[in-house]
Amino acid sequence: MKLEVDIQCQLGAFALDARMSAAVGTTVLFGRSGSGKTTLINMIAGLQTPQGGRITLDDTVLFDSTQKVNQPVHRRRIGYVFQDARLFPHLSVARNLDFGARFAVDGPLGATRRSDLIEVLGIGALLNRRTAALSGGEKQRVALGRALLSNPRLLLLDEPLAALDLERKEEILPYLEQLRAQGGPPMIYVTHDMSEIVRLADTLVIVRDGNCAVQGVAEDVLADPENVKLIGVQDAGSLLQGVIESHAQDGLSAIRLSAGLLHVPRVDASIGRQVRMRVRAQDVILSLSAPVGLSSQNALEAVVTGIHVGTGPGVAVALRSGSDRLIARVTGRALTQMQLQIGQKIWAIVKANALPPAAIARASSSRHSSA
Amino acid sequence: MSLTAAEITIVALSLKVAVTATLLSLPIAIFVAWLLARCTFKGKALLNIAVHLPLVLPPVVTGYALLLLFGKQGAIGAMLFDVFGITLAFRWSGAALAAAVMGFPLMVRAIRLGFEAVDRKLEEAAATLGAPRMAVFWHVTLPLISPGILAGTVLGFAKAMGEFGATITFVASIPGQTETLPSAIYTLLQVPGGESAALRLILLSVAISIAALAISEALVRRAATRVSGA
Repeated sequence: MKLEVDIQCQLGAFALDARMSAAVGTTVLFGRSGSGKTTLINMIAGLQTPQGGRITLDDTVLFDSTQKVNQPVHRRRIGYVFQDARLFPHLSVARNLDFGARFAVDGPLGATRRSDLIEVLGIGALLNRRTAALSGGEKQRVALGRALLSNPRLLLLDEPLAALDLERKEEILPYLEQLRAQGGPPMIYVTHDMSEIVRLADTLVIVRDGNCAVQGVAEDVLADPENVKLIGVQDAGSLLQGVIESHAQDGLSAIRLSAGLLHVPRVDASIGRQVRMRVRAQDVILSLSAPVGLSSQNALEAVVTGIHVGTGPGVAVALRSGSDRLIARVTGRALTQMQLQIGQKIWAIVKANALPPAAIARASSSRHSSA
Repeated sequence: MSLTAAEITIVALSLKVAVTATLLSLPIAIFVAWLLARCTFKGKALLNIAVHLPLVLPPVVTGYALLLLFGKQGAIGAMLFDVFGITLAFRWSGAALAAAVMGFPLMVRAIRLGFEAVDRKLEEAAATLGAPRMAVFWHVTLPLISPGILAGTVLGFAKAMGEFGATITFVASIPGQTETLPSAIYTLLQVPGGESAALRLILLSVAISIAALAISEALVRRAATRVSGA
C-alpha cells in the first residue's frame, strides 16, 4: 500500500497545500485544531474536492486535477471512522455492521472474520440493540467494526477518541494497537493528542496551517529538536524503546533501555515485553555530573547531539543515550551556564512520574517488519 | 347506522379518488421535494412557485385551469385522448387528478422538510462504506425521511378527501362518476329537506378523517422513533 497526496485548495481564508505519503502501518496526522487535518483526510476519502493536485493509492488515481479524474467516494474503498461515529439511527447495530458488506467489491469479509471482529471489539452483546442506547465508546467500536467490515484498502480515523473520556479511550486504543500489530488495513489517524501517538504511530506527519510541515518515522520526527516548536513545547518529546525488566514490590517497574534502567510507575506488561514510551522534553533535566542525592531514580548517561535555539527563552537539546534519542528543554540561561556543546557527555534525569502508564505502549512485534 | 347503497358508492368513490391521487403523486412529490431541497438549478424558484400555486390560488381557478389543460379540447387533454384514449374531464380519474394537484404542495412541503432535516453526514458515512448514490438514497436517506413522507402522505390524503372547489369545477358532481363526499354533501345541502341525508354524510366524513388522523399519528410516531435510533 502506498498513498501519495499532493493537493491544493483554497477554502475562504484557509489555504491547504499538502504533500504527504503513507504506507503500511499507521500514519498519524498531528496538528492543532484548524490546521487542516480533517480537510486533508476528507479529500483523501473524496468527501471534499481539492482544487488542484493529485491523490493516488497504489496504482489507482483517486484524484487528478490535470487529468480531470475524481473517483467518487464509494469507489475509493477507503474506510472512515468519524469523530462522531455516524451510526445509522434507523438500523440495528448488526445491520450497521453489515451495511458495507453488500457493496464490497471482493465480496463480504466472510462469516468467520466477521464474528472474529465482533468478538475482538466486544460488541457481540450489542448486535440487536438500537444505536441511540449505546455509550460513546460502544458507538465508536461499532463504527470501527462497520468500517473494517467494508473491507477497505485504507482506513481513515478522524480523532475517533476525542469525544471519549480516558476510560472509554482504553476500550478502543488496545484494539487499534492490535489492528496495527496484526496487519489490518493501513491507517491514517488524525489526532491532536500526543499520548495516542506513542501507542499507534509508525509514521508521523505534523500538519500546520494547511501544510504537512514535517513527516517521517515517528521516532525521528519526535527526536529532532528543530520540531519542538512545531509540535508545541508542552507536547514535544521523544520516543524510547525498552524491555520490561522487573516489577518491584514498591509499585515501580523497571524498563531496560539501551543505556540504562528507567524506573516508572507500575506498567501492566509482562517481563520481557517490548515497550515504547514517550518522554516529554520538559520532563528531562540535564546534569553535568552523575547525580547524587537526588530524589529521581532515573539518570541516563547521554551525549549532546544537537542544540536548537529558538526565538523564545527555551532551548531544545537533543541527546543520544545508547541507541535511544532524547530531547530536553532547558532555558537559554542554563545552556550558557552549563556551556553545553555538541558531543558533550551529560546526564539526563527523568522523573518517574513523568512516565505514567498512558505514556508507555506495549510494542507490537511486527512493527519493525511492517515499517 | 347502516349505509345505503348510494352512500357506499360515494364513500368508495371518495376513497378511490383520494388513494389514487395520493399514491400517484407521492413519487413525484418525493422527487420534486428532493430537487427543491438538494439541488441548485436554473428555474428552481419558478418550480417552487409552480408547486405552491394550488395552495394559494382559489381552488375554482385551479379547477378551471385543469379544465383548460386537461379538458377534451385542452392542450394535454386532447393529446391524452388522441394517443391513449384517456379522458379525464368529468371522470373519476379527473377527480383524482384534481385532488392530486391540490394536495401536491402539502406533500412536497412536508417531504422537503424531511430532506432538510436529514443529517448529510450519515449519507457521507454510507458512501465511505461503498454505497453508490442510489443505494445511499434507498438505504439511508429514504428511511430517514420516512416520518416526513408519512406526514406528507397523510396531508395529501386528507386534502384529497376534502377537495371540493377544483374537483367540482373540473369534473362536476356526477353520481357514481365524480360525486365525492364533499360534493355530495354540497349537493344535498342545496336541495330542500336534504339536511338529514347530508348530516349522515358529514358524520361519515368526520369518522373517516378521525380514523385517518389516528392511524397516521401512530405511524408517524413509530417512524420517528425508528429513525431516532431508540
